[in-house]
Amino acid sequence: METTMGCCESLASSVISRRGVLLGGASFAAWAYLPKFARAADGRDPRLVVVILRGALDGLATVAPIGDPDYAGLHGAIALSSSGPNAALPLDNFFSLHPAMPEFSRMYREKKAAVIHAVATSYRDRSHFDGQDVLESGFAGPGRVQSGWLNRALEGLPKGERVTSALAVGPTTPLVLRGAAPTVGWAPVAVPQAAEDTAMRLLELYQHRDPALASALKQGLALDKAAQGDDMKPKPGTTGAGAMRLVARGAAKLMAADDGPRIGALAFDGWDTHANEGGPVGRLAQLLGGLDGALAEFETGLGPRWRDTVIVVATEFGRTARINGTQGTDHGTGTIALLAGGAVKGGRVIANWPGLKPANLYQGRDLAPTTDLRAVMKGVLKDQFGLAERVLAESVFPDSAGVKPMQGLVG
Amino acid sequence: MARDSQAALVALNRFGLGARGGASGDFPNAASDPRGFVKAELARPNGVLLEVPGLQSTPALGKAVFDYQFEIQQARDAAAKQATPAPATEGQPPADAKAQRRNLSLNSIAMDMAPREPSKEPPAKPPENPDAAMTPTETMRPNAPKPPPPPLNVIQKTFRAEALARLQRAIMADCGFGERLVVFWSNHFCISANKGGPARMWAGSFEREAIRPYVLGRFADMLKAVEQHPAMLFFLDNQQSLGPDSRAGKNRNRGLNENLAREILELHTLGVGGGYSQDDVTSLANIITGWTYAGRLGQLGPPGSFVFNANAHQPGAQRVMGKIYDAPGVAQGEAVLTDIARHPSTAKFIAGKFARHFVADDPPPGLVARLAGVFTKTDGDLKALATALVDSDDAWKAPLAKMRSPYEFLVAAGRLLAQIPNDPGRYLSGLNALGQPLWAPAGPNGFPDTNAAWAAPEGIKLRLDLSAQIASRLADGVDPRDLLELVAADAASSETRRTVERAESRQQALALLLMSPEFQRR
Repeated sequence: METTMGCCESLASSVISRRGVLLGGASFAAWAYLPKFARAADGRDPRLVVVILRGALDGLATVAPIGDPDYAGLHGAIALSSSGPNAALPLDNFFSLHPAMPEFSRMYREKKAAVIHAVATSYRDRSHFDGQDVLESGFAGPGRVQSGWLNRALEGLPKGERVTSALAVGPTTPLVLRGAAPTVGWAPVAVPQAAEDTAMRLLELYQHRDPALASALKQGLALDKAAQGDDMKPKPGTTGAGAMRLVARGAAKLMAADDGPRIGALAFDGWDTHANEGGPVGRLAQLLGGLDGALAEFETGLGPRWRDTVIVVATEFGRTARINGTQGTDHGTGTIALLAGGAVKGGRVIANWPGLKPANLYQGRDLAPTTDLRAVMKGVLKDQFGLAERVLAESVFPDSAGVKPMQGLVG
Repeated sequence: MARDSQAALVALNRFGLGARGGASGDFPNAASDPRGFVKAELARPNGVLLEVPGLQSTPALGKAVFDYQFEIQQARDAAAKQATPAPATEGQPPADAKAQRRNLSLNSIAMDMAPREPSKEPPAKPPENPDAAMTPTETMRPNAPKPPPPPLNVIQKTFRAEALARLQRAIMADCGFGERLVVFWSNHFCISANKGGPARMWAGSFEREAIRPYVLGRFADMLKAVEQHPAMLFFLDNQQSLGPDSRAGKNRNRGLNENLAREILELHTLGVGGGYSQDDVTSLANIITGWTYAGRLGQLGPPGSFVFNANAHQPGAQRVMGKIYDAPGVAQGEAVLTDIARHPSTAKFIAGKFARHFVADDPPPGLVARLAGVFTKTDGDLKALATALVDSDDAWKAPLAKMRSPYEFLVAAGRLLAQIPNDPGRYLSGLNALGQPLWAPAGPNGFPDTNAAWAAPEGIKLRLDLSAQIASRLADGVDPRDLLELVAADAASSETRRTVERAESRQQALALLLMSPEFQRR
């Protein structure tokens, strides 16, 4: 049984130290006085960005095991194909990438991007909230933990050389970056509008429970759409493809500065594709296009720093291997993690592939996880920042001694 | 103890301001004794008073606003004097004077205020209890160093302090029934802060002095306190009304203003169709000439206090609703108010409005009749009226069909998320956005009180956007599933429960919870 940290004490200290930094330095300028963090071995000045996709990304739709004889049948109408219009982009002779991700495909060919497949946290149930808690807290199970593994990793860096402030992108600090080590926040100034997906879920609730509100909301949404015109200009928020690029562009700019933060975390919503997930085109394709664009923005915005950068893209769990009755997928287990950046030893899909035969599926439904996501994170932290295995196993990912850091992800 | 979750929902939402987050236990308390939970707030002596250090009396505020206006006037005169003779020197003086003039118009200052309530507030201080998990994000915008906002003037400062005190009380109240009653009566006897400097300055003190002390007292006393309050006299222009045959009226060749008299009869007491005629309006207007407040120089009394100006008062007897009033001075009007306060039309009008606010747009006629009977029998005892409402089965049986007003919605969200503000800015801009700017209804009939008004398409969409904004700021540290237990427990519909549980993120789940029928309806 995993223990949770003393949540109140930990939260309080985080508030104090974060406020302390901001009140003391008052602003961006405070970074100017931070010591530059450089790895002793090679003098590099590494950057790490963690991107969390909330809603459980369909890993089988993003990096499709086209070579698996059972894939096409399970994913049915939304399965990717290596031929025809919008063909998937081959990564090797087994896996192909979603066609909405040409930038990631290029990075992969340049060996600056990698995929880890059939990966999962240690969480095995199907609640987004609990799954996100486990993903971000770094603990083995859900609980009221108030600090995240990325923040504790920051604490574990050698004193004096540590990267003093990490960057939380968005209106609040994601759990992964919450904790005692100081963070600074940045959000695009645009006022967030409720995401379309939220509105649709609410509409459905109203249609069942409150027809009057359903009709009012429906009209309100229609009015709103008419007022905005039919153009495709990105809506404020963090789900539209344009908005994802915008967020990434801002974060990259901050992190590119000589005295900017070395570690950042951000979250994109909207990956809960229960219905009409779409295949090579459609809803998921739009989201993946946004993510692809965001990665490209980081590459451009970080400039020379891209060379020393690792971006980790992770999600709380995957989706069912078989499509459901509404052309989508339900909450599943195994999924993918993506690495991108100049420091990544890329051009590889790393997977201990379990296969998609009915008997091989987890609970008869999901891609069975064969890799612990913590091994990926630990490997990146160890290689990028030189964190000791003991620190990783005890404080960053508590009670994870059995999960060895994955070797050679960063080079 | 018996536990009635549906009744708890009624107690918390229909009568109160919603369950509080944290460890308040509002829902179990309401479920174990719903009526007792609501009525507890009626039993507390002075429970609806708002005495907060730093909030000043109407005369003190009056003096401050008159002095402020006087200073501005003097500065304007000086600027005009300087600008007029010598516009020759290159550009600067005229431009200066113009800019100054624009800034100095008091009306424009007052008008500017509502939109100027900053929408970007400095982050709220963390709540006192560390487990509330409402850590604010210190948001930096390194690219856009914002110029510091101009310092607030005395009117803005006062308005914000009054708003803050009201919001804090509403968010911390146990059930909130007392505060709901305050809001009801304050809206019944509304003024608008947009009328001008004094109205904005007095909006809070008006409610504290003329509404709160009588919410559990007598209607006639509230009526008198309201109609003699400087804020109401200013709002409905009675300080300008002169008896045609009064000394001042004859000297200045100006006369009667019927505004206040008409609203007293139409909106405050008898109601449209309550049996009064235009002659009654004119008579009452004559009767209350001279009801005014002392100005800056204090010739009639302490500046900013209610005074009776005999010089402006129309002399002689007047007939209102068939009765002759011939007492001299202020007593003449007070006698009319006493009589119309206990008029059967008033009882009916108040009972209908009261039931419509708390129970349904079309309240059960039996309930209205019962409330009117209590009003009449107790000579307008408002505590008896509120008690009769809570005691009536109708008020507990009616479906939760009314939309929360924007104020009720935002306060309920603040209670659930334990957001005790130390700055009213977010709430004020939320109220502006949703069409219910604090203490500033569009007309003297107050904010609307029907579903049609608040369940409109644009309003719902705006609420959704606002809910998403609130959630994006506050959802990270909370579990929406726990919050649903606080909001509705097992009275939550399975659809709402599923919608919250299946949301893809805490942010989305919280936004959906705030928009759920269980949270929007009361």
